[in-house]
Amino acid sequence: MSDPVLAVIFYLLAAVTVLPALGVILTRNIIYASIFLVISFSGVAGIFVILNADFLAAVQVLVYAGAIAVLIIFAIMMTHNTMRANLGNQQAWPALVITGALLVVFLAVLLQTSWPTSVLAPLETTTGELGKLLLNEFVLPFEVVSVLLVAAMIGAIVISRED
Amino acid sequence: MTIGLGHFLALGAVLFTIGLYGVLVKRNAIVILMSIELMFNAVNVTLVAFSRFVTPKLLTGQVFSIFVITVAAAEAAVGLAIIISVYRHRETADAQQFNLLKW
Repeated sequence: MSDPVLAVIFYLLAAVTVLPALGVILTRNIIYASIFLVISFSGVAGIFVILNADFLAAVQVLVYAGAIAVLIIFAIMMTHNTMRANLGNQQAWPALVITGALLVVFLAVLLQTSWPTSVLAPLETTTGELGKLLLNEFVLPFEVVSVLLVAAMIGAIVISRED
Repeated sequence: MTIGLGHFLALGAVLFTIGLYGVLVKRNAIVILMSIELMFNAVNVTLVAFSRFVTPKLLTGQVFSIFVITVAAAEAAVGLAIIISVYRHRETADAQQFNLLKW
């Protein structure tokens, strides 16, 4: 990854990811916050493309920007009477101090550890390999996750029923 | 400038911290859920970055990310259903009003 064009693309995608994330928590309108969240999800999909995770980028757009964002917007619509304003509680300053300190610790640890990076080239297309992994090595989590999805679907329908 | 593992890890750390601040500070329960989704995305970026730079031929990090996305979707669905149900009873989505368990 030594291309200067790649560096420009990375910083562009990082800006598209981080700045709307800041917008989610700083904007006063909750609808704007949900739109910023969609933009941030799309930025993360771009980051996945740079990391040669093509299938995961598609899944990110489909599931996160497609389904979860729409779900959030519908939930905002259904809780429409109050709290159109995206307010904060009284713990803004202590939370800022603590999360700032946590970020400093994260960056110090992550950037100073010498990770055992490899110089091999990544796989060009990941879809086939992911399919093989999901059905051979990771078949148990795969099946458990399908049961989890059925349970979540039934649970969400039952909880939000009007009775 | 060579874009290495550290850049992606820093991006993940920044995203995670922004989401964590949103969870701690925001009053609307749906915005808290949005911040939790930001934290999930940060974790996914970190996982895929590790998978690509440390073991480029194994895709373990990406499989883990697929499971994280799936569990996050299930959790968002159930969490939003709970918020809608609570909103129907208490007419508010303000997390400071969800205080029935407070002593």
